[in-house]
Amino acid sequence: MRSERGLELGIIGAIRLRARRRRAHLSAFLHWRDVKVVTDRTHKIKRASILALSTVRNERIRLPYFLRYYRDMGIDHFLFVDNDSEDGTREYLAAQPDVSIWTTKASYKEAAFGVHWLTHLQRRYCHGHWCLTVDVDEFLVYPFCETRPLRALTDWLDSSGVRSFPAMLLDMYPKGAIQGRPYVEGQNPFDIAQWFDSGNYTIQRNDWNGNLWIQGGPRARTFFADNTYAAPALNKIPLVLWDRSYAYVSSTHMLLPRGLNLVFDDRGGEKASGCLLHAKFLDTFAHKASEEMTRAQHYAESQEYIAYQNALANQPDLWCKFSEKYINWRQLEILGLMSKGNWA
Amino acid sequence: MTIGFVMLCHTALHRAAETARHWAERDCPVVIHVDKRVDRASYDGLVARLAGLGNVRFAGRYGCEWGTWGIVAATQAASIIMLRDFPDVRHVFLVSGSCLPLRPVADLKEYLASRPHVDFIESVTTQDAGWTVGGLNLERFTLRFPFSWRKNRWLFDRYVKLQRHVGYKRQVPAGLVPHLGSQWWCLTRATLSAILDSPNRAEIDRYFKRVWIPDESYFQTLVWQYSAAVESRSLTLSKFDYQGKPHIFYDDHLQLLRRSDCFVARKIWPQADKIYQTFLHGDAISHASAEPSPGKVDRLFSKAVERRVKGRQGLYMQSRMPRENYEHGRTAAPYSVFEGFAELFENYEAWLSKVTGTRVHGHLYAPARAEFAGGETVFIGALSDNAALRDYQPKCFLTNLIWNTRGERQCFQFGPADRQDISWFMTTDPNAQISVISGAWIIPLFRSNRNFGDIRRESARLQKIEADHLNILRSQWTKARVRIWTLAEFLENPMELLQGILDEISQRALTEAPRLVDLKGFGQFLQNLRNAGMKPVLMGDFSTSDDPYQAASRRSRPYLVK
Repeated sequence: MRSERGLELGIIGAIRLRARRRRAHLSAFLHWRDVKVVTDRTHKIKRASILALSTVRNERIRLPYFLRYYRDMGIDHFLFVDNDSEDGTREYLAAQPDVSIWTTKASYKEAAFGVHWLTHLQRRYCHGHWCLTVDVDEFLVYPFCETRPLRALTDWLDSSGVRSFPAMLLDMYPKGAIQGRPYVEGQNPFDIAQWFDSGNYTIQRNDWNGNLWIQGGPRARTFFADNTYAAPALNKIPLVLWDRSYAYVSSTHMLLPRGLNLVFDDRGGEKASGCLLHAKFLDTFAHKASEEMTRAQHYAESQEYIAYQNALANQPDLWCKFSEKYINWRQLEILGLMSKGNWA
Repeated sequence: MTIGFVMLCHTALHRAAETARHWAERDCPVVIHVDKRVDRASYDGLVARLAGLGNVRFAGRYGCEWGTWGIVAATQAASIIMLRDFPDVRHVFLVSGSCLPLRPVADLKEYLASRPHVDFIESVTTQDAGWTVGGLNLERFTLRFPFSWRKNRWLFDRYVKLQRHVGYKRQVPAGLVPHLGSQWWCLTRATLSAILDSPNRAEIDRYFKRVWIPDESYFQTLVWQYSAAVESRSLTLSKFDYQGKPHIFYDDHLQLLRRSDCFVARKIWPQADKIYQTFLHGDAISHASAEPSPGKVDRLFSKAVERRVKGRQGLYMQSRMPRENYEHGRTAAPYSVFEGFAELFENYEAWLSKVTGTRVHGHLYAPARAEFAGGETVFIGALSDNAALRDYQPKCFLTNLIWNTRGERQCFQFGPADRQDISWFMTTDPNAQISVISGAWIIPLFRSNRNFGDIRRESARLQKIEADHLNILRSQWTKARVRIWTLAEFLENPMELLQGILDEISQRALTEAPRLVDLKGFGQFLQNLRNAGMKPVLMGDFSTSDDPYQAASRRSRPYLVK
């Protein structure tokens, strides 16, 4: 049997992984029964369209900038699953010409934090397309993104025979209290959350799934210093040339088949990678944290949100004297958070 | 006299049409070959785009799968049309649909006019070609390749192996010396027609049909039979990455391309509007006699390949996670670890920082917190001093610290009271300079006011830990620069030994000696431990009457004047 280097596994292991993938597909199918269509414009998807997928819940204020950012980058069509929003999110998205949207009142948690819903959409509409799976507070930055559209990247990945592109989650935060400067609709969130941690990430290899497990950043430093193991995972593989046999497991941190997780070089070289700038720590966050606490719909009993809630009570400042102020992707490249690989 | 362009296209036909029109309108005939796999509608679209241009022809279509004969057949067919229909053409320039002229046609005409008999074709013998895909050089000419390298790699490799095993070899036709080189050439009418009209062309073609990647060898080999003057370089700027696929130019390469002074570049990304606009429709600046100088482009792309293959030393991140021993350097820069020095000298950290100009931390792996220089709670890169965060991945803590502070040497203290998990990593890191005064950890205990029972217990514990640590440092896998002295050895000659370490850190001479702590009664203290049943061995030999402090300070004097 031929397997990717560094991913030797026996027949039993291969069968188990395949079963896991099939199970993911089955769950996607079953959970889709809870979902209703709002507006379906998928007929507008062309053969070479680049697609974006996201689940949303009460994100109305973020949407205008999100859509603008990714339209400018070269996303051709957006596929949203709305989880019972009450703030006009659904109506706003349904009115956009390049958006298809579905809605559900079902449990986010039981749908594996939305993964099942998106898996269904991916299998149905994304086969053969490059597709970007992101939350509405995640903004992709890739090498040369100021001068080259996303299509340039996907064309290059195609010609290199690469099917998946990693982008680590980079938590951005403001200087001063998180609630300090309110976010205004349409505004670039990184006008407020300008800062990030440049060099305190831990990284280890998950041999079973073949992916890396990256933790650290301001969240580990402030909210999880006493429980480092529980600090959120920051490794993500958001951009994939989708095939209907693929499935995300555990958000966009991991993919099956496992070969898609080999987005890193293990012989000392650098593959190309990007970052997902994470606009979580705005004034909207405090509100979100208390809401998510009561819903208890997040990972591991929402222990992440419990940690936030406790810390937020004393108006935390994630900023420190060695925080780095965001300039552009080249800065992130020099700091070693992302890489051009052999793209020049 | 003019130049004719033979253009091979398979994608982005609208760009090919734009480029072809550019040349045709400037009085350069163009013969276009379109891959047979391109659908009829796209082909018709291309023909329609170029309708009305009298000096554009379309050649009969062949399937051009990479590495197969079709590409050569297409080149031959188009070249024959070129030579037949355009008697004015003196040089024929082979280009692809994703090529782009970087300089005015007039420049190229002038350049070629002053070299009327020169054939520009990169062509090197098989021994000299170091860049080939799959490592096949001469064997391209002597084996058979019925299986596709791209689609059927497994069969391809097995079949090559089998042929090697049984010793199969094809005969290279008499008189031919296999040569390899870039597919993109510029040949004179004389040479090209001689190749195409050769009396034994049928035989030669039959041979080359079975050669692997004949487009990189057919003309490159035959040109030596007929050419009056071969200049072994391509006029087309084309760079390949480590996988053997061409690097692509985007809008942000505009200035780079302008300054390269090359005549033609490939491959241009079809949607690089600014580049196409500038070079096809703008006023390209003429540098009439300038020689092409692709040096800058070369450097850019070779740096990219190096980054992909070797990466940045000491960096661990989402797309570079080397397995152990594949790191090309475990950390980003040299650093120094001192064990026992801060215990033996007063104010050692401040002193060291002053004389070497480096960043000197306390015990970074102390159980309570990472003791960053200056008592910082967070350090460069927002690295926290929190012990739990550090101990979660002790290796990441060190590699992060060294990476974050590139350009400034880091020094830190280490000892048996610290977390020991990092020992192996440091020991096997060639960047580490580890200097140990074994047993010096006992000095703080000696000077403390603790109960003797406590001291005895603690000494036994620390001695055990340090002994294990020293075993690691002395192992056969050690790559660090390790120096180990017992406390007694070190005190024999402290300044000279210290100078030896510091010479590796900075070139400054010691002008100021650090002060030894007061060790009066130290010998007796050790004897007391012995009497209590604990054997202090790592310090070396101290006699009860000896006063190490006096001896050391006396001897250290001569080095002060250095």
